[in-house]
Amino acid sequence: MYVAVKGGERAIDAAHAWLAEERRGDPSVPELTLAQIREQMALAVNRVMAEGSLYDPDLAALAIKQARGDLIEAVFLIRAYRTTLPRFGASRPVDTAAMAVDRRVSATFKDLPGGQVLGPTFDYTHRLLDFALAAEGTPPPAPMAPAPDEPVPHVTGLLDRDGLIERQPAEDTPAPDLTRQPLELPASRALRLQALARADEGFTLSLAYSTQRGYGRTHAFVGELRIGRVAVEVELPELGFAVEIGEVELTECDTVNQFKGSKTEPPQFTRGYGLVMGQSERKAISMSLVDRALRWQELGEDFTGAPAQDEEFVLSHCDNIQSTGFLEHIKLPHYVDFQAELELVRRMRREAVQMQEAAE
Amino acid sequence: MTDQAYNFAYLDEQTKRMIRRALLKALAIPGYQVPFASREMPMPYGWGTGGAQVTAACLTPDDRLKVIDQGADDTTNAVSIRRFFQRTAGVETTERTAEATVIQTRHRIPEQPLSEGQILVYQVPIPEPLRFLEPRETETRKMHELEEYGLMHVKLYEDIARHGEIATAYAYPVRVEGRYVMDPSPIPKFDNPKLAGNPAIQLFGAGREARIYAVPPYSDVVSLDFEDHPFVASKADHECDLCGSAGSYLDEVITDDRGTRMFVCSDTDFCASRQAQGHRGRLSPQGATP
Repeated sequence: MYVAVKGGERAIDAAHAWLAEERRGDPSVPELTLAQIREQMALAVNRVMAEGSLYDPDLAALAIKQARGDLIEAVFLIRAYRTTLPRFGASRPVDTAAMAVDRRVSATFKDLPGGQVLGPTFDYTHRLLDFALAAEGTPPPAPMAPAPDEPVPHVTGLLDRDGLIERQPAEDTPAPDLTRQPLELPASRALRLQALARADEGFTLSLAYSTQRGYGRTHAFVGELRIGRVAVEVELPELGFAVEIGEVELTECDTVNQFKGSKTEPPQFTRGYGLVMGQSERKAISMSLVDRALRWQELGEDFTGAPAQDEEFVLSHCDNIQSTGFLEHIKLPHYVDFQAELELVRRMRREAVQMQEAAE
Repeated sequence: MTDQAYNFAYLDEQTKRMIRRALLKALAIPGYQVPFASREMPMPYGWGTGGAQVTAACLTPDDRLKVIDQGADDTTNAVSIRRFFQRTAGVETTERTAEATVIQTRHRIPEQPLSEGQILVYQVPIPEPLRFLEPRETETRKMHELEEYGLMHVKLYEDIARHGEIATAYAYPVRVEGRYVMDPSPIPKFDNPKLAGNPAIQLFGAGREARIYAVPPYSDVVSLDFEDHPFVASKADHECDLCGSAGSYLDEVITDDRGTRMFVCSDTDFCASRQAQGHRGRLSPQGATP
C-alpha cells in the first residue's frame, strides 16, 4: 500500500547532518578559522554586519562560516541573534566629521581641506586575475605616511557656508526604530534611512542605477565618500558625561544634487545621504541616490512613477531577509490550497465541456 | 530540552507584552489588522514567523502545543516549529486536537470541532484581503476605515461573469461581525464555515507584514457571496481511502505514473483517530469498512 510521504523528523535530522558535512567540505582540506574569514573576507564580513544591523566582525565571520558563504543566509543568522539581545541604551550620534579616515574622496572638488585620500580601493586596479595569489604569499609592505592631524571637514559643510546647499538642521527628537515599531507609511526620512542602511545591497544598487538611467533622475555628484573609524560614546547618567565604549568602521556618502529653489529662496543644491557599517562604498553611494530620489515630495518635485521614488515600494521590498523568506516559502507544501484550486478547475472545465456539448 | 540561553518561548518578556497588547486590541476589534513590531525569528519570513510570535506570546509552561501544516502534524515545517517550542519553551506537545490548548496551524482548521479554552493560531502570509486588488497599504487601510469594500464585490462579480462562479478556492474573504473584511489565511474555503461561531479563540499572525488580527469566540463570520451565487464550501468529491470519511478535507496523492490517485484526509490526527476507531477506507490494509 502506498503511504503518503510527508517528510518528518528523521528526514529533517538526516538533512541537517548532510548539510553539516557539506559545509565542512573535503576534510583533508584545512578548516577555515573565524579569524581567517574576519581578516581575509573583510568585505563579506562588512556586508553581513551592515545588512544584519549588528557590528560584530567575529559573529559575522561565524555566520559566514555557518552559512557556507551564502551572505544572505549569514545576514539572517545575525538578525535572528540580534533580535534576542537586550538593549542597554542608545549611543550619542557618532561624529563622522571627526572620523579617522582611511579613504576620503570628493568628486566635486579637485582638492579640499583634509585632501583626497584614496585608501585601500579596488578603483584603479586592473581587473586581471592575479595568479600569484593562488600560491600563498605575503604582499610587500605598503608605503607608510604619518597620519595627517588636520581636520577633514565635510564637503557639504563647505558648501553650506556659502548657502549653496540646503540646510539640514540638527534634530533633537529620538530617531525612530523600525526593529522596535511597525513600519507605518508615510515614513520619515530618518526611518527611510534606517531601512536603507540595512537594505539588500543588490536591491539598493539596482534602484540607484535606475535613477541614473532616468527613472527618477536626481543628477547626483558624489560630494564626498569617506571610510574610517569613529568613536562610539554613551552618556552614563551616573557619571554625567559621555564615555567612549569603542570604535566602529563606517562608510559615509554625501551626494550633491540638482537644485531646489522657490520665489522666496534662491536655488541651492540638495542632499542625498548614505551611511553604512563597515567598508561598503557601493552600498553607501546607492543608498544616498535612493534617499535623494525618495525625497521628491519634500523638495516639491514631480512623482514620475519611478520605483526609486516610491516610498512604499522601496521600503516594503528592500529587506533581503523578508524577501528571501517569503520567496522561498513557496517551496513549502501547499497541497491543501492546490487541491482546492484543482477541484475548482476540474469543475469549471466540466461545466464548460457540458455547455459546449449542449450547444452542439 | 530547554535552551537556557533564551527566555521561555524564545522571545523576551517585553516583546511578549507588546504582542499581547496587540492581541488584546485585535480581539477587541474583530477582523481589524493591528500593526505590531514583528521581530526577526530564527526561522525565515513566510515560514510562520507571525504564528510563532503569537504562539510564543500565548504559551505558558502548562500549555500543550499542537503544530500542523496542511492539516498534518508530520509535515516538515510543522515538525520544525514544534521542535522550536519544545526546545525554547519545554512545553508538552501533542498531535491530538482535543488535547491541545494551543494549536498553531498553516492552511487548515482541524476537522474535530474546537472547544472553549483552546487557542488556534494561524500563520498568515498576506493579511490584507484587498492586497491583490490594491497593492498600496496606504490605500487599503483607508478602504477598511471607510468600510469601502465595493472593489472586492466587483472582483467576485467579475469571477462569476467570467467563470460562472467565484474562482477563489482558498483564502476566501470573510466579513467579521458585520464590519471588517478579513483574509482567513490560505485555508481552503471548505474550512470557512468553521471560522464562524467557533468556541475557540482564533488568532492570526503575519510576521513579515507585521500584522495581528483575531476572531473572538462565537463570532459572526460570513463568507462573501451573492444571493443568487451563495457561498459553497467545496472539497474533492471522494471518501478518504484510509478512514472512509466522507466529510473531511482530502489531499490527492498520485500513486503511479499512469495517473492513479488516492484521496486521504489532510488532517492526520482526524484520520488516525478514525482508523483507531475501526473505520476503514477503500485502500485500508484490512479492506473495506467492517
